[in-house]
Amino acid sequence: MDSTQNQINPVFAPFQAVGQILLSFFQKTGQLSSFIGKSLYHSIVPPFFPAQLWRQLVDIGYYSLPVVGMTALFTGMVLALQSYTGFTRFNAESAIAGVVVLSITRELAPVLAGLMVAGRVGAAIAAEIGTMRVTEQIDALTTLSVNPFKYLIAPRLIAATLTLPILVLIGDIIGVYGGYVVSIYNLGFSPGGYLSQTWDVVENMDVISGLIKAAAFGFIVAMMGCYHGFNSGRGAQGVGAATTNAVVSSSILILIFNYILTQVFFS
Amino acid sequence: MTSSSKTPKIEMSGVKKAFGNNHVLNGVDLVVPEGKSMVIIGGSGTGKSVTLKCILGLLSPDEGSIKIDGQEVTNLRPNERDELMLKFGMLFQGGALFDSLKIWENVAFGLIQGRGKNRKEAREIAVEKIKAVGLRPEVADLFPAELSGGMQKRVGLARAVAASPEIIFFDEPTTGLDPIMADVINQLIVEQVQEIGATGLSITHDMSSVRTIADYVAMIHEGKIVWTGPIDELDDSGNDYVDQFIHGRADGPIQRRVA
Ligand SMILES: Nc1ncnc2c1ncn2[C@@H]1O[C@H](COP(=O)(O)OP(=O)(O)O)[C@@H](O)[C@H]1O
Ligand SMILES: [Mg+2]
Repeated sequence: MDSTQNQINPVFAPFQAVGQILLSFFQKTGQLSSFIGKSLYHSIVPPFFPAQLWRQLVDIGYYSLPVVGMTALFTGMVLALQSYTGFTRFNAESAIAGVVVLSITRELAPVLAGLMVAGRVGAAIAAEIGTMRVTEQIDALTTLSVNPFKYLIAPRLIAATLTLPILVLIGDIIGVYGGYVVSIYNLGFSPGGYLSQTWDVVENMDVISGLIKAAAFGFIVAMMGCYHGFNSGRGAQGVGAATTNAVVSSSILILIFNYILTQVFFS
Repeated sequence: MTSSSKTPKIEMSGVKKAFGNNHVLNGVDLVVPEGKSMVIIGGSGTGKSVTLKCILGLLSPDEGSIKIDGQEVTNLRPNERDELMLKFGMLFQGGALFDSLKIWENVAFGLIQGRGKNRKEAREIAVEKIKAVGLRPEVADLFPAELSGGMQKRVGLARAVAASPEIIFFDEPTTGLDPIMADVINQLIVEQVQEIGATGLSITHDMSSVRTIADYVAMIHEGKIVWTGPIDELDDSGNDYVDQFIHGRADGPIQRRVA
């Protein structure tokens, strides 16, 4: 069947294998970059589909509130508990409020919200767009003179990038509240003292850096969901693989970019 | 006027398309005259759908030329492509209805989103088309998942013709339907295409469909058009591929590749 492969001297086989891996790597990165470029272009050039954008704002933003809220609440609570058991050894209980608010706003709210949304929204985007690809609905859009990048991808990209910072801001507040509740009712701190310690420690940049991270993570989640869904393989198996790849790749990219952004903001 | 009657609506020459090592189209030449109905026949997996998708620009051919109304379309820019799509309607093999939208929104989709018509007007046209393909108007407010396969095909047909396109593609419109429903769909296709005065290009491996729809027939085999001619020459084409195909014989020049 494949005559060219049979002619290659076995000595060169390893080089060929490495070459193929490199080629496919460059091909994939190129494909992804051009996909991102196209998505951005169609996000800012009309026509727009406001009804689609609204639907995505509700789907991605509003319906992610419970899961992000619960994550933030329990994270804040457990932070207070853990720091207490640790800090009493050094008589440093007064640092608890600061530890909670800084950990939440700088790291935990954006990263955990990003990961939760990657699971909830990234998977849903990949599955929906992948199914549309497999059942030729994306081709149908094109033949009806509607650009799929404008109709499907731009609304998801914009909605995720805008709503994740809002979700994280709400998560910040809920997370701090979780720490407060545990400190006051469980550990016996005074309410006024805890809050004033929180305000003393936290600075604008702590919150803002977290929100910028959130926007980046929202973009990553939507982009990976759309990319893998749009290039989904054929059949149910193709959609399944697209969903898995979307969640895994966006989770890993979130962790990588979290490190990079932290480096940028705080060093 | 004289030049437009000579310029074919669709003209493909030497179109090639491969997916990796799978060489699907190996130089397709096809001419579809304006206002006529061309039917492509051929076994499954021979590249019929790929041919249509190349014309529509959903796939880009590796080589060759495709002209619509004499205009080369293989290297259009995205907005020129969107513009060109206004000439086309397509009924997809699997229906490809948008499952998050109601039936009437599906039918009106090209009118509302693609052509900027207002919803009220578009709904009226959609309901007309839904009735024209023999469905009750109450169907308009259902979702695609609530319809049977045959009803979905009708909706797909209504959607394809709703904006009165100049060129309509039908990809296996009758596959998977019972013979009576298949005949109903065939009749609807003829009716709708005639009403709009469109140029039709259909794909099928159903011979009764061919005889109902076609003005011209083209036979595709291993990525090439091996015979083309008017429908009344189909039975004595003198072409072994065609003869084997229309009589459904297992032996002949077309060998089933076991793969
Ligand atoms: N998007 C695609 N990616 C890879 N292979 C494809 C794609 N579309 C079609 N093919 C392959 O091209 C061949 C012809 O497919 P198709 O045109 O759908 O056949 P049919 O004549 O039944 O419509 C098949 O072998 C199919 O696997
Ligand atoms: Mg096909």
